[in-house]
Amino acid sequence: MTDASWETLSNQAIAAAGVVYFLALLAHLVEWSSLRKVPLGRAARKESVAVGAGAPVIEQQEDSRDGERTADRIAMFGRLGLMLTGLAVAVHFVGLLGRGMAADPNRVPWGNMYEFTISGTFFVAFAYIALVRRFKWQWLAPVVLGVVLTLLMVAVIWLYGPVAPLTEALYSPWLVIHVVSAVIATATFTLGGILSVLYLLKARQESRGGGTTGYLARVPALVALDRMSYRLHAFAFPVWTFAVLVTGPIWAHEAWARYWNWDPKEVWAFITWVVYAAYLHARTTAGWKGKRAAYLALLGTATLWFNFIGINYFSTTSQHSYAEGAPAISIIEPAADSVQVSASS
Amino acid sequence: MTTTEVRQPAQPDDPEAPRAGELGPRELLRYAWRQLTSMRTALVLLLVLALAAIPGSVIPQRSVDSIGTTQWQGRHPDLTPVFERLGLFAVYDTPWFASIYILLVISLVGCIIPRTAVYLRGIRAQPPAAPSRLSRMPGHAAYEVDDLPVAVLDDAERVLRSRGYRIRRSAASPDGEEAVDEGGWVSAERGYLREAGNLLFHLSVLVVLVGFAMGSMFGYRGGVIVLVGGGFSNYAAQYDELDPGSLFGPEDLTPAFTFSIDDFDIEWLTEGPSAGQARAFVSHLTYRESRDAEPQTYDLKVNHPLDIGGTEVFLIGHGYAPVITVRDGNGDVAYSGPTVFLPRNPTFASFGVVKAPDALPEQIGLTGEFYPTYDFTMERGPYSLFGDALNPALSMTVFTGDLGMDSGNGQSVYLLDTETATPVLKDDGTPFRVDLELGDSVDLPDGLGSVSFDGIERWNKIQISRTPGKLVALSGVLLALLGLLGSLFIRPRRIWVRARRVTDEDGDGTLVEVAGLDRSGNGDLPRETALVAAAMGLREPPDDDNTHEEDWR
Ligand code: HEM
Repeated sequence: MTDASWETLSNQAIAAAGVVYFLALLAHLVEWSSLRKVPLGRAARKESVAVGAGAPVIEQQEDSRDGERTADRIAMFGRLGLMLTGLAVAVHFVGLLGRGMAADPNRVPWGNMYEFTISGTFFVAFAYIALVRRFKWQWLAPVVLGVVLTLLMVAVIWLYGPVAPLTEALYSPWLVIHVVSAVIATATFTLGGILSVLYLLKARQESRGGGTTGYLARVPALVALDRMSYRLHAFAFPVWTFAVLVTGPIWAHEAWARYWNWDPKEVWAFITWVVYAAYLHARTTAGWKGKRAAYLALLGTATLWFNFIGINYFSTTSQHSYAEGAPAISIIEPAADSVQVSASS
Repeated sequence: MTTTEVRQPAQPDDPEAPRAGELGPRELLRYAWRQLTSMRTALVLLLVLALAAIPGSVIPQRSVDSIGTTQWQGRHPDLTPVFERLGLFAVYDTPWFASIYILLVISLVGCIIPRTAVYLRGIRAQPPAAPSRLSRMPGHAAYEVDDLPVAVLDDAERVLRSRGYRIRRSAASPDGEEAVDEGGWVSAERGYLREAGNLLFHLSVLVVLVGFAMGSMFGYRGGVIVLVGGGFSNYAAQYDELDPGSLFGPEDLTPAFTFSIDDFDIEWLTEGPSAGQARAFVSHLTYRESRDAEPQTYDLKVNHPLDIGGTEVFLIGHGYAPVITVRDGNGDVAYSGPTVFLPRNPTFASFGVVKAPDALPEQIGLTGEFYPTYDFTMERGPYSLFGDALNPALSMTVFTGDLGMDSGNGQSVYLLDTETATPVLKDDGTPFRVDLELGDSVDLPDGLGSVSFDGIERWNKIQISRTPGKLVALSGVLLALLGLLGSLFIRPRRIWVRARRVTDEDGDGTLVEVAGLDRSGNGDLPRETALVAAAMGLREPPDDDNTHEEDWR
């Protein structure tokens, strides 16, 4: 295959993956909306029909054929959603592979923001599908699919750039190490942030006395959500530390001759790190839990994403910005077009 | 779960801490110290640090982008003096930014040192005795069995030991066996390394800062533009710019290495989405580690700095140096040679200056642009289509008169002082432009002389720097990471098992109570106590399926 046909394949695969993710999301939405009809009784927690291990709990309605039929349908849509997600992840992978094969020389598909985003979403979807049974994450399906789909659309619509050779500084083994760790940390922090949102929504629902039907009633209890969110953050923080404070400076030193230059990307990576350090600090030393911790986590999510996307629009002086503007004398290569962020904004 | 933290150091809200109002200076100091080293202060300082870092990412910083800073200042004449006073163009060097992290460091030291002492003293300590009322503790559950307490406790000891707990058993009776009826307890603790990890993490933050400080005091960074074919020796006078650390003198520039750039390769992409971009730049160097060392060669490129005895040499830029000759009114050569032009954009349209102060009858100065691939449209005027030198051209304006070079003040070679010089005009009164293609020559008006464009050379911008302490900083970060992993993933826990004989309507039995404490506050203790109880055969293993209530993993 030629590079051009790899690139076409990649584009088509990403589009196809988007469609299949969408179908999977629909399947899960049907699953969850049917569940709406089934109230979540107290007893349901114990005498539950397992729709796949750990799936949404349905009350056993004895003597009710209706109930059984609903349960079957729900189970079917749950399985369908899962299968479609698996299929989408496979197609998504083809998209990444094509992207790497289309480049000359072949390379990892992490050269610009479009590629970071399709790789990050792949990581989230893959982690979800690989771990869904073990950790009983079925209830996360709508959230994960919604986020992956949204980000894929953002990538295709706003961040897209054709396959291009890497800029000179990116030819380094650190590309793999640095970017993989940054992507993993970003994905995990984001998931933790989403759980914090769910926590806040559910807490509000409960404080209003609601909470026996609907999606929020079926996500884990507040305590469990809070703990999950903490664990995701606790996992992501060392990874982020590794990406930002270990591999980042080492690579910057080799490529740009400075370990740390306080350029805007670095500043915001640092701010993000400090905010998450404060989050962990607040939890372990100040005993923050629940709402206050969730708000702090969301502050972290905000800085994280501002660093990834927002700062590119505020400042063009960053050597990371993948856009025009590094001071002329130090452009070893004009980094102008590795990403068309600013061009298409 | 902050209930019975036994080894916690003084809390900020310690009720015994005297209040500020009632104190002499000593107590006041102590009060201030306690406030500063409190957890709440640490949290606030961290968030303030994050906040304080923001301006530097929005306002251009001189050290990152000096041209951008100057332009910004030109656009905001009102704000500039205020910002200047607040140090907003060099946020990360300002005293107010420094004061935040210094306070944080003091707080850190004040917090971590005592904690380390406590930890070291307690490192061999036995788990504390079991509380008398286990029913108040988290994860409490009670079971009734037929076995005697001794057997139950033996069992508990075995189970807990195999789960990695350190064990303490209630005092045995004088003859070495526990009294059959009274029963006793087992107290177990694990996760001692968590606190060690936590301490390691915080101490390592200090190590990183020390490494940084070493770099900024004893290190330096310098830059020099070297023509391809030219050379460099490591003396202060040879640098174009030198930024020494606060305790670094020019005499510390060691080793006395030399290098020459023999050749420079570059590859321009002419097609595909990155057309116009250059890649695969390589500077072929010959260098000597000291003046009488053997010459060696090195291919210097991005991501491959050259290390000479701890001093590192980087390739960080490149550009063109057109060879320009200026003859004066008498026909004598007043200036000749490759002239460094600085690139302004990715197409390498570059600006530069030629000064011929010895020209007669009048000094001659040129300022203008070099275009490697010249093109012209009415809308854009002259511009460069491409970075490679495919159709090179110069376009410069000419000044004559006093170039201000005798004033004794140092002058930038990239700036023409036009204050006292006068522009050379055409007959129609518009500025005279020297527009030259490679090999061309042009006569200046009024018999001033002539200018010719004889060739093109290339230059490389080389950065040379020394960063002592970088390994200190790196090991600090790695240790911090290690400590962090320990601190985050080791779960410090205490488990207690109490067993005693009871008699009720069913006859005699042994009441077994299990409870525990999760000292990190983020773990899932009921599950752990349930697992322990299950391993002792007291109950079924905890229900794995019930995600909604219990653990999610
Ligand atoms: C440079 C600034 C600091 C950073 C980046 C930082 C970061 C962290 C992080 C990420 C944790 C969480 C680790 C865990 O969950 O076990 C932590 C825990 C902790 N920090 Fe800090 N910290 C800083 C300053 C301080 C200061 C000034 C103090 C004392 C006032 C302090 C005292 C503690 C304590 C006692 C814990 C552990 C609590 C426990 O494990 O029970 N830290 N810190």
